[in-house]
Amino acid sequence: MLVGAVFFPLLGATIAGFFGRWIGDRASQWVTVLCMALAALCGALSFWQVAFLAQPSTVQIVTWLDIGDLEFAWALRYDTLSAIMVAMVTFISTLIHIYSVGYMSHDATRPRFFAYLSLFTFMMLMLVTADNLVQLFFGWEGVGLASYLLIGYWYEKQSACAAAMKAFIVNRVGDVFFMLGMALTFATFGSVEFSTIFAAAPAQAQAQFMGLPALEVIGVLLFLGACGKSAQLGLHTWLPDAMEGPTPVSALIHAATMVTAGVFLMARMSPVMEFAPIALAIVTVVGASTALFAATIGCVQNDIKRIIAYSTCSQLGYMFFAAGVGLYQAAVFHLFTHAFFKALLFLGAGSVIHAMSDEQDIRKMGGIWKKIPITYAVMWIGSLALAGIPLFAGYYSKDAILEGAMAAHSTVGVYAFICGALAAFLTAFYSWRLIILTFHGKPRADHHTMEHVHESPWVMLVPLLVLSIGAITTGAVFAPYFIGDHAHAFWGASIFNSPEKHMMEALHHAPEWVPLVAKAVAFSGIGLAFLLYMVFPNIPARLAAAAPGLYRFLLNKWYFDELYDRIFVQPALRLANVLWKTGDTKYIDGMPNGAASLAAGAARGTVQLQTGRVASYAFAMIIGLVAFITIFLLGR
Amino acid sequence: MNAAGYPLLSLLTFLPLVGAFIIMMVRGDDETIAANARWTALWTSLIVFALSLVLWFQFDTSIAGFQFQESRAWLPDFGIGYHLGVDGISVLFVLLSTLLTPICILASWESVQSRVREYMIAFLVLETMMIGMFVSLDFMLFYIFFEGVLIPMFLIIGVWGGARRVYAAYKFFLYTFAGSVLMLLAIIALWHSAGTTDIPELLTKRIASAWQPWIFFAFFASFAVKVPMWPVHTWLPDAHVEAPTAGSVILAGVLLKMGGYGFLRFSLPMLPEASAQFAPFIFALSVIAVIYTSLVALAQTDMKKLIAYSSVAHMGIVTIGIFTANVQGIEGALFQMLSHGVVSGALFLCVGVLYDREHTREIARYGGVAKIIPAYALVFMLFTMASVALPGTAGFPGEFLVIMGAFAVSPWVALGAATGMILGAAYMLLLYRRVAFGQITRESLRGLADLSPREHAIFAPLIVLTLWMGLYPSSFTQFFTASVAQIVTQHQAALGVARLAGIAP
Repeated sequence: MLVGAVFFPLLGATIAGFFGRWIGDRASQWVTVLCMALAALCGALSFWQVAFLAQPSTVQIVTWLDIGDLEFAWALRYDTLSAIMVAMVTFISTLIHIYSVGYMSHDATRPRFFAYLSLFTFMMLMLVTADNLVQLFFGWEGVGLASYLLIGYWYEKQSACAAAMKAFIVNRVGDVFFMLGMALTFATFGSVEFSTIFAAAPAQAQAQFMGLPALEVIGVLLFLGACGKSAQLGLHTWLPDAMEGPTPVSALIHAATMVTAGVFLMARMSPVMEFAPIALAIVTVVGASTALFAATIGCVQNDIKRIIAYSTCSQLGYMFFAAGVGLYQAAVFHLFTHAFFKALLFLGAGSVIHAMSDEQDIRKMGGIWKKIPITYAVMWIGSLALAGIPLFAGYYSKDAILEGAMAAHSTVGVYAFICGALAAFLTAFYSWRLIILTFHGKPRADHHTMEHVHESPWVMLVPLLVLSIGAITTGAVFAPYFIGDHAHAFWGASIFNSPEKHMMEALHHAPEWVPLVAKAVAFSGIGLAFLLYMVFPNIPARLAAAAPGLYRFLLNKWYFDELYDRIFVQPALRLANVLWKTGDTKYIDGMPNGAASLAAGAARGTVQLQTGRVASYAFAMIIGLVAFITIFLLGR
Repeated sequence: MNAAGYPLLSLLTFLPLVGAFIIMMVRGDDETIAANARWTALWTSLIVFALSLVLWFQFDTSIAGFQFQESRAWLPDFGIGYHLGVDGISVLFVLLSTLLTPICILASWESVQSRVREYMIAFLVLETMMIGMFVSLDFMLFYIFFEGVLIPMFLIIGVWGGARRVYAAYKFFLYTFAGSVLMLLAIIALWHSAGTTDIPELLTKRIASAWQPWIFFAFFASFAVKVPMWPVHTWLPDAHVEAPTAGSVILAGVLLKMGGYGFLRFSLPMLPEASAQFAPFIFALSVIAVIYTSLVALAQTDMKKLIAYSSVAHMGIVTIGIFTANVQGIEGALFQMLSHGVVSGALFLCVGVLYDREHTREIARYGGVAKIIPAYALVFMLFTMASVALPGTAGFPGEFLVIMGAFAVSPWVALGAATGMILGAAYMLLLYRRVAFGQITRESLRGLADLSPREHAIFAPLIVLTLWMGLYPSSFTQFFTASVAQIVTQHQAALGVARLAGIAP
């Protein structure tokens, strides 16, 4: 069962990938769906066993490498943290697979698509069940590969290829830090296995590395790695571009796999992170800044998927600063609820795009809510959950995070709270901007498109409905376990909270005004969106005209892409050319070639014994030999 | 006399020559000669490969020393003997050579049409030289094989190569030969001081500290060119570009390993103090190699040149690993050499597949081939990923171990090595994107045929190895664990002695 949850997706991927040509499109897509369903079943059962019956276990498969002191195995580590992830990933992924059957029905190479989807899921499962850093890195890079393949799935589009490459390379930048973090972990602990590291972390709290506390450096390096995967400020640029992939892929990347890996890493490494207060402060600040930064961009984007993408970026920021203040449980809880409503929003957006004949620009939509009522309803549910409206899933987790930030009683905590509250306001605002522009008002699409607007088939709607139920209920149902009264028994030993900070208790003693603020900003955000886009629909344009600089700044995503292009990409390419043409051809090759012609000239000019280049080289060689012997003898 | 009960290593070394001799005997018209030469060469190399598998199964991985030893007097007056043997460091290189040779012969099956007989003879002679080089335990013998490798390779590039083949062949020959002369000098010096050229015996002798730097540099001159290290790497791209596909495969797969093998076999254990002294210098050159050549690779417009430059970068990782002189670093370097032999060999074959069909290596002339030949695209993708060291493929364990090992010596060196991860991904993905993805830019590409059964047969063993080495590297590392541990212990001990004597820092 524990093994099945992880390896069924690989089985599905293998069958569809290698035998898809023979068994046909239909068979291969249903085989992958079936494998995923089995995995989800196993995942749910293991979740029950590990988290509720409190039976964590580790399945050893085989030794991977054993070099000197460095030894690690392929193994599946099931504790509550990984069981949550496995259950969530397999469940969401199954729904996305089913949805894709409908969404991709017109695609030419469906077996390839489903094979990639399943491979993606498998890699994520390997990541979350790793029992050592290297296996985690295997999954880490594996999701990188799968996302590369999926973002570039329509590889005939130049933009898709560019986005895929960008995703892989930006992730690689983070991976370098991850690698160095791993190396330092090994240097400090003499092991890369979690059980050894966690047991030794308190003893190593004072360890030094180049004059700095080693655990702090490890924390920062791993966090930088996480930044790449989880699209935090600075390394976020790949995420919006990842929209080039088919919509189910976006849903998978944003909800279940890939971007949550960084948050997972922070939670997984909690026994180390808790001894690294400075690293945690950095995590908090970066997370909080990302939450706000991404939300500001989300407010002005016009591509339906990009808006949701930036909201993911922003929500990930929440998760990070929750982890940063020491509330890993709340971070994982938000990750869990977010998975449901973010998958819902993306698949809902996919349904809209499907209905609008592949139109993604919300400026060209509008007035379609009566035509696709179910999609409309689920988008509402998803947005309500995202905005953190009471009783919906997002409310419980986001509220806990904001309370936790205040309860941390630290400067960075307050900063995180302020950013978080502002971001919550903007989140509510852009969510309803999206809903209103997409579904309400006068139809802005052309006549031809409007005639074709239709509700999606059931194979797409059923996953949406299931996810809606999740987006409504998961918060209320699981809150007692994740962050409430049963939390201690539920989590077992999978997450370590420093006893001095006792954040879990502090969480319940946050100032009473905090939850009120959270609700107030959410509702006022919605209210503002209504005012601006329903009641006075010409104000936004005037606002944009009034502050064109700010508007362009936001529309162009704070110019990060342009900046990186100027600082890194262009200089690297220029340098590459210079090194090649000047360095290699002119100087390095020039020297022996020059020496050769010199020697040849000398030979011809003086001795006239030989002609041709071989001889001249040989001559140069003999001279060298003589010189060497001379030096050698003198040096003795 | 040895574990096999018969002179296995001699057989492995000289069987290819027998095959070459048979090919030479063939008479008839050109067609018959060509066909016979191909089949004879293939069967000879397959038999040699099968025979070499004895090493895989009978090699005792718990022994650090030399096994399957054969020893005969040759020139006893000079202390020179015929001495063969393998230890953990060399055994897998022998297997790599015997594996790649039949693959190369298969890869040349159709692409080589002129002077087939001579071509096949050259390849079999090359195999003899390569195996001989790795199994020699006598310096004179080693030197003969080491130099002997040059001749068939020189011919393969110079006769069957591309347009600028003569220039490339001479460049290749002279660069590597220039270094070798200095090595000969070092060998003479060693012989002079120890009175023997027997390698195992020399390994136990301590060489005077004052001599060490000189001998080190003499070796360095030879091995650094072979590796190749920056800045003596420029012969490699030219040689690769002009060499026929199979020549590139052997060049990247085995010949580049001679340098790393030399460092590990001679420089590090025989000259511990000089190695420690010059390690920072080697690290500097290697880190420059990783970053510099990766960047240069990024600018290439010729597929083969790009992969050639990537080889230099990968070999930079190897030299870093060797001179970390710790277990992780050296095992990583060894693993990296083996995986690079498989992966870059496979990448050159991938280029060869396209070249055979379209007769151009210009990246710009391709585009969208994934649509036309999906099986090829999949294979190419796998090796691309292996080249960027994706975990689970052969490229990862080596790079990972070297970074782990380097970190213990200097985090900055580790950082330098790790930047190769980013740049490596950049140039390989750029190559893949331009060749396989995008619109089909040229109509003539539409007629491309996907992999033929022969090509499947060529790639299959490499695919299996790539995944096997990535997923279960232990079955390879177990071969050299004992030997590497011994090298590291002895290295530490030697440095300890030197430190006590107040000689080394």
